[in-house]
Amino acid sequence: MNATRKALAAGLAALSLLAVSACGSDSESGSTDEVEVFTWWAEGSEKAGLDALVKVFDEQNPDLKFVNGAVAGGAGSDAKNVLQSRLQNGEPPATFQAHAGAELTDYINAGQIEDLTDLYEEKGWNEQFPEGLLERLKQDGGIYSVPSNIHRANVLWSNPAVLKKAGIEANKSYDSLGAWIADLEKIKAKGIIPLSIATDWTQVHLLETVLLADLGAEAYNGLWDGSTDWAGSEVKAALGDYSKLIALTNTDRQGLDWPDATQLVIDGEAAFNIMGDWAEAAFQEQGKKLNTDYTAVPVPGTEGVFDFLADSFTMPVDGPNPEGTEAWLDTIASDEGQVAFNKAKGSIPASTTADTASFGEYQQTAIKSWSEDEIVSSLAHGAATSVNWLTDITAAVAKFGSNKDVAGLQEGLAEAAEDNKPE
Amino acid sequence: MSSTVPSAVKRPRRPKGRIGGHGWVAPVLLILPTVIVIGVFVYGLIGSNIHTSLQDRHNIGPSQGFAGLDNYRDLFTDDDFIYSLRNLLLYTATFLVGTLCLGFLWAWLLERKARGESLFRAIYLFPMAVSFVASGVVWRWLLNNAEGNRASGLNRLFGSLHLDFLQNPWWTDERWGILAIAVPAIWQLSGYVMALFLAGFRGIPEELREAARIDGASEWQLYRHVIFPQLSPVALSAIIIIGHMSLKVFDLIMAIAGQTNYTTQVPATQMWIEFTRGDYAKSAAIGTILLLIVAILIVPYLVSTYRQERRR
Repeated sequence: MNATRKALAAGLAALSLLAVSACGSDSESGSTDEVEVFTWWAEGSEKAGLDALVKVFDEQNPDLKFVNGAVAGGAGSDAKNVLQSRLQNGEPPATFQAHAGAELTDYINAGQIEDLTDLYEEKGWNEQFPEGLLERLKQDGGIYSVPSNIHRANVLWSNPAVLKKAGIEANKSYDSLGAWIADLEKIKAKGIIPLSIATDWTQVHLLETVLLADLGAEAYNGLWDGSTDWAGSEVKAALGDYSKLIALTNTDRQGLDWPDATQLVIDGEAAFNIMGDWAEAAFQEQGKKLNTDYTAVPVPGTEGVFDFLADSFTMPVDGPNPEGTEAWLDTIASDEGQVAFNKAKGSIPASTTADTASFGEYQQTAIKSWSEDEIVSSLAHGAATSVNWLTDITAAVAKFGSNKDVAGLQEGLAEAAEDNKPE
Repeated sequence: MSSTVPSAVKRPRRPKGRIGGHGWVAPVLLILPTVIVIGVFVYGLIGSNIHTSLQDRHNIGPSQGFAGLDNYRDLFTDDDFIYSLRNLLLYTATFLVGTLCLGFLWAWLLERKARGESLFRAIYLFPMAVSFVASGVVWRWLLNNAEGNRASGLNRLFGSLHLDFLQNPWWTDERWGILAIAVPAIWQLSGYVMALFLAGFRGIPEELREAARIDGASEWQLYRHVIFPQLSPVALSAIIIIGHMSLKVFDLIMAIAGQTNYTTQVPATQMWIEFTRGDYAKSAAIGTILLLIVAILIVPYLVSTYRQERRR
């Protein structure tokens, strides 16, 4: 009895010593040739993209050592919590991933990331990124991050075989949501799911494209700077369309995530799906051919507008290794980095100087629109609003999903805008 | 433990007087680490949490000053928070009644010397070995709300048994959705309550029953006046244990419905959302309210057990 207790106590003591020494060695890392890159890219195509990026980084900076600070889980929310506690404790990584645009607001207000305007000037980045993007990235006159990739949010995916079965012409172009909704009703009458959708954030994604389609790009942008009234009749009409569309979706949406919703289109159980162009990877993985097995066009009513979202990298204030951070941002902005990363991840380069001849068929169409279309910021993916605002909007949309109260939804959205809109 | 050698001979003699005068030193040293650790990590952090909840700190920046009880006032005038409190109440009531009834029923059946007792005991207890997150992943599928020909999980089972009228939207129903979350919770914890009651049954001496029978008590009277009173401390423990687990429900909801789903909002999931968005004051206020609710349940129990122990 006594012997076991002693052994136990000794074991415990040894364990606690180990823990202490582990902490010690942890805080001693971060010598000047290490560059810790903090992301939530821990698996799948995102991990592949990061690996490709690291390869370019190692070639460009043989004397620097990349340290992977990826935190998996929760589509980035776990990583953001970890990151926040590190930033507040004054232990920032060399650089961290964040959605480009207004999602950076909180970091900027808290003085946690550096203004990169001078760096943009010095490196000539202002010339290589499209002006429309730079405009969307600017906050209080400064630019705080370097975009690594671009995704398009306003893409309508469809299955031509299903449309044919429902007696609707495939690849038909619609001028407005109204015409499209009329066709969706016909599809519903045939007992097919007209529009597939998944859990709350994909509903916010749908709402954003509906707002864009009904309000037009200018009024849509006005939603984020206060010049469009959330409580007004235009938004009311758009929410009416949104409500009609939700009624035309699969009822088990709350239990699904976006791959499940896209899969419904691939499997021919649903006719349409609105999702960002990362869905392209799902079609490709299953050997589907663009324009034969599936089509990808702008959401009806958003022709000529590119609803963008981007990942980007920042320079934390008082980072452990500013030169290393700069080297990483250099790699991100470089054409080699942009091409390597985006080919692996399935997105398109933000830089217009990158050589994109080797990109896939869908990406080519996106690259073309990227350089020609009007660029607006995505709501569901952090480009248009602060985290706080998006959280409030998501809550209002989630509530609508269960009570279907359009007036309540508009009230909730107007209140969210009132609480969060930039002064 | 051989008795051939008197133990007093083996034991080294303690030098009297030196330590004896400071008899409190050793015990205090022994409990000191625990006191410090609990003081810092439990009470210290509760204090710090309450302090945060009184601040005007609604983003990741530093506090903008003292806000008094504003955060609490905001919460109690927020319909969504009231809805989540209501959800918590419904969930707790269902979870408690469900586990107590099922647990008691199973214990009663096993206690009557049902055949294969140890097998059933194991079967009923097994679900408890699974974590809420792991079982949540399975129940997410079982409680899928698709109906008709896309139904899966339980709805599919109802469909193929021609019990289509039983198909329902489960946890996505605005009013009663939260009760669907109680189903897996009951499944998981009923076996535990059964074990508690079984121990309670076993602790009642056979003589008491015999005496009651000799006195001419019917089976119902035997339960009503002999068995139930003996089981009430067990029932109280079960209520406390299940009740406080229920108030903390978080993992099961996250695994089944996800954090943003409206119909399954409870204070704990709201606390997580507020924390993630950087609204530390509001999140701390929700945390404090949860602590108070749990305290309302636990403190009277602790006080009564303390009194009972003093009486002994």
